[in-house]
Amino acid sequence: MKALVWHGKEDIRCDRVTDPEIEDPRDAIVKVTSCAICGSDLHLFHNFIPAMLPGDIMGHEMMGEVVEVGSGVNGHLKKGDRVVVPFTINCDECEQCKRGNFSLCERSNRRKELSNKVFGHSLAGLFGYTHLTGGYPGGQAEYLRVPFADATHIKVPDGVSDEQALFLGDIFPTGWQAAVYCDIEPTDTVAVWGCGPVGQMCIRSAILLGAKQVVAIDRLAERLSMAEAGGAITINFDSESVIERLNELTQGKGPEKCIDATGFESHVTPQLPDTILDRAKQIMMLETDRPHVLREMIYVCKPGGIISIPGVYGGLSDKIPMGQLMNKGLTVRTGQTHVRRWTDDLMRRIQEGQIDPSFVITHDVSLDQGPEMYTVFRDKQDSCVKVVLRP
Amino acid sequence: MLSYLSNVVRFEGDPKIVQSGPSSLRDPDRLAKCLGWFSLGLGLAELIAPRRFTRALGMEGHETLVRAYGVREMGAGVLTLSVDKQTGLWSRVGGDGLDVVTLLGGLRRDNPMQRNVATALVMVLGIAVLDLFAAQTTTATHARRRGQQRLYQDRSGFPKGIEAAKQIAKHASQSPAPAPAKV
Repeated sequence: MKALVWHGKEDIRCDRVTDPEIEDPRDAIVKVTSCAICGSDLHLFHNFIPAMLPGDIMGHEMMGEVVEVGSGVNGHLKKGDRVVVPFTINCDECEQCKRGNFSLCERSNRRKELSNKVFGHSLAGLFGYTHLTGGYPGGQAEYLRVPFADATHIKVPDGVSDEQALFLGDIFPTGWQAAVYCDIEPTDTVAVWGCGPVGQMCIRSAILLGAKQVVAIDRLAERLSMAEAGGAITINFDSESVIERLNELTQGKGPEKCIDATGFESHVTPQLPDTILDRAKQIMMLETDRPHVLREMIYVCKPGGIISIPGVYGGLSDKIPMGQLMNKGLTVRTGQTHVRRWTDDLMRRIQEGQIDPSFVITHDVSLDQGPEMYTVFRDKQDSCVKVVLRP
Repeated sequence: MLSYLSNVVRFEGDPKIVQSGPSSLRDPDRLAKCLGWFSLGLGLAELIAPRRFTRALGMEGHETLVRAYGVREMGAGVLTLSVDKQTGLWSRVGGDGLDVVTLLGGLRRDNPMQRNVATALVMVLGIAVLDLFAAQTTTATHARRRGQQRLYQDRSGFPKGIEAAKQIAKHASQSPAPAPAKV
């Protein structure tokens, strides 16, 4: 089969690889009909996330048709079912899964010892990601083996298109979880840093959850225009001060809720000297992350407010103002997305026409064009916001 | 090659590469990679054996300068091999200028190694052309301006409109609590 394979920093290739097979009774094989390039794939593309190996298949946002099921799937899935595959693999049986903490599944990470050493305790297995999270082959491929398939799937009802359902596997529940973690009240201003695909979903989620106003921060005109279309007030940090503008919009009090949809690769610009220092430290391996957004959020957030972090962080961040964080009494909520905790509700909202996540797709191309699209997406060329690939 | 070696630690059932296809790396990226490694190698040599350079160029007494150039060269190499390769390549172009100026200082009639200096100058000029080409093509390849520029004012994502979307939370008795686990 064809698959997008990681060969090293900035080197993704469309290779021919062997087909996956059922290995465990709870496995299923899915013929991928649509998959997407996620912002966090770019962290792997840049080799900022450790423990990738040449030959790893990329992709953790995918859906398709079940073509084979193991004997232990016990009727939960059958051939021909259309499913979205969540990026977090969950067993549904461990203590964390029973609590709904699916991204912390205690059984699905097959590199548990490695994960224990790095994180203290093992995290769930993820598709198409580092070997710290199991190193499972990803879904930017023609076929995908889904472990714990009886639990790790979202069935797609008739009448819901691939484009509407695909993002239930990652960015939509990720944006939704970030907004839910904000405990939004009708008087709240929610500020969202980063108007990439996850940021766009955060904005729509905050609107649906009843925020008084949503403020979106980015520098790219196309992304800001999409944020504005979704109901946000926009701030272009290239041309205006984020802190001054946010204080203006909140009568000097700061936003009650702040969402970091940027993660550890904050944009580096001479206007923000800390970003240059962070980049220099990153190159010299003195720091793995560039946490400019975190610093700014902690500074500007209203005392007693909530900071929600759906953006990915890789390892170590310097100069986090813990004094401000502690003295302002801020609450920090973060984590990989517990995808299936939210997807029943989100699927209902799609079916009811409350939201159509396909608005974010700007590029729809064949899997063969994947390697090229990685650079288009990374370089923000051709007004690219979200790439969907068709195997 | 590395992908085949990494199969040693890969799980047995995982798909393995049968045939490699086209890469996201473009020609300017590959050239940048070569220049980055060259920079690191040259910088390391200047750092650990500056006397060899000064002796060959008849510029004894300038070992500290050569070491400093070695550090500069290694810095440029690290940058060129990073995702900020454009910055690295342009810093190499600047470094080439410094090298040329320094070598011109050694092109004196009384320098017994004048021929070596001239040869080095030609080599540096050759590399400078390559660096300039790589910096320009890499910058152009990864420029954001490539492709069409569009705005997305018509993409609200709310089929019934933003006002209807805002009303949804108002009509709900409360924000939906996290759904209980299925199991």
